[in-house]
Amino acid sequence: MLSAYIPLVVDGLADAALIFFVAVGLTLVFSVMRILNVAHGSFYALGAYASVVIGIWLTGRGGPILGLAALVVSPILIAVLLGPLIERTLLRWTYGRPEALQILVTFGLFLILEDAQKLLFGVQPYSNAAPMQIFGISQIGGIVYLNYQLLLIAMAIGVAIGLRLMLKHTRIGKLIVAVVADQEVAQTLGIDSSRVFILAFSLGVFLAALGGALASPTVGVAPGLGSETIVLAFAVAAIGGLGQIEGAALAAILVGLTRSAAIYFAPEFQPVAPYLVMLAVLLVRPYGLFGSVGLRRI
Amino acid sequence: MVFRHIIGLAVAAAILPLAVPWLGFVFVLAVGKGLAALGVAMLLRGGLISIGHALYFAVGAYATAFLMRDGRVQDLLLLLVLSTITATMAGLLVGAFMVRYRAIFFAMLNLAVSMVFFTLLSKMYHLTGGTDGLRVATPTLLGFELSRAAFNPILQYGSLLLMVGTALIVDRYLRSPLGEALSAVHSNEVRLEYLGVSARSVILIAYTASAALAGLGGAVTAMAVGHIVPELSYWTISGQLVLIAVLGGIGGTPGAFIGAFFLELIRTFAVGFAADAWNAIIGIALLVVIFFLPEGLYGLLMRVRKQEKAQ
Repeated sequence: MLSAYIPLVVDGLADAALIFFVAVGLTLVFSVMRILNVAHGSFYALGAYASVVIGIWLTGRGGPILGLAALVVSPILIAVLLGPLIERTLLRWTYGRPEALQILVTFGLFLILEDAQKLLFGVQPYSNAAPMQIFGISQIGGIVYLNYQLLLIAMAIGVAIGLRLMLKHTRIGKLIVAVVADQEVAQTLGIDSSRVFILAFSLGVFLAALGGALASPTVGVAPGLGSETIVLAFAVAAIGGLGQIEGAALAAILVGLTRSAAIYFAPEFQPVAPYLVMLAVLLVRPYGLFGSVGLRRI
Repeated sequence: MVFRHIIGLAVAAAILPLAVPWLGFVFVLAVGKGLAALGVAMLLRGGLISIGHALYFAVGAYATAFLMRDGRVQDLLLLLVLSTITATMAGLLVGAFMVRYRAIFFAMLNLAVSMVFFTLLSKMYHLTGGTDGLRVATPTLLGFELSRAAFNPILQYGSLLLMVGTALIVDRYLRSPLGEALSAVHSNEVRLEYLGVSARSVILIAYTASAALAGLGGAVTAMAVGHIVPELSYWTISGQLVLIAVLGGIGGTPGAFIGAFFLELIRTFAVGFAADAWNAIIGIALLVVIFFLPEGLYGLLMRVRKQEKAQ
């Protein structure tokens, strides 16, 4: 009886893993730069497009195993190409400005990136399921699993632990924490905060693009992916409490499980599920699960 | 001052379509979006960013469509009033929850509510026509049946009146004690409360009024286009409304309409020669305005006027 729900849980957790990559990038960028990046979903879409195109190209050159490399190569490519460029030219200008302007600048960037995708990749859907098929399926206790889903869950856990370890134990991680805590004092102590901003933003771009790349074998890639993803990532980041890595992880699991439960029991309302969870959480805890009340101005 | 600008804008809007007929339709669409953007600009005065006001825009549009279906209400004026009331009620209901939140959480909760509404509109096929949307017939005016050709000029000059009327009322409101209290929520909410003014009531009134404006705009848009779809409530439309408000400049009420007209004009031209790139064109225009004209288009006009006077 209970085992009937195991596929539901695995589906939910695999979904949660993908949402987590995007949401944790969004929350990281927010906590370092205090900017809600509306264009974050576009990096997810770009990661998905790039990994399909590069994956098909690589598969043609060296077989499906080489094609797998695209899932890692394309997010790195996007982060290196776009991260520093966008942070230096656009975002830098918005630091310390009113929130409306910050959101609008990233909204402008979102509009530009949406059309850039259409011009680069056209409007027809892309798909490349080869990376998922390589891993095959496994059977445990009479239930069939997609190994790719299990891999996604493992990777998300790895990224969550890796981020935490990086922030706690590496030099760059400690610099990021210092800048988040107090940028002015950090700068007085000789920390180059603009370098930290570039690194943190590029890392956020990488995580979003990684989410897109890893999602691409399981879904078709088509225009509108970026705008769907960003609202979902907002919801997850808000549920967890903005700027909280553990919060984003817990929120992603909550949303992933709710979505897969909705698919099983009320498929029509699956798209509403994340927002209902968000409304419920924010009504009880106005700053999210792990968020704390900020200082009020007097 | 603002009064003269509004009248100037109205005269320009009345004459231009006579010279260039297709501008009339663009103008009505611009007024529809402009009304909603005016509501968003009002909230921005209080430092509140809503990325969800397309919700009320769509509520107004769907209210018009529902009322007209099966021939329940056909009259243009009655439709506008009833649709606005529906959006006002929705705004009051949602606003009662929203007043607890500020800054980014306010923005995101509005986004969440509008996305729930968007999903319901797309999924409840038997009621809303799903993603196909609903047709909106040509309304009657005071009992007279109108052909589409006779209706268009009426809608055009009617929306001109609406634009002038709402711009004047909102301008009055923003300069009243209640409007000043809204600005005070932005500059220092705690001090406002020490003065004995409830910040939550101030916000709730502004929020409900902004929902009413967005609903009115949605009703105008529904009548002009004759067909409505769930995408009216999608978050990118909400983003456009914030964009229009800032593009026009939140300093004065004419700004929202100038911004909306500017946006609709760009869209009309862009669809002609670069259909796939019009979002990018709008995005670039937005960045240019933010970087080089921090007071928006209206601010630019004011500055040019000042320089002319100085010479």
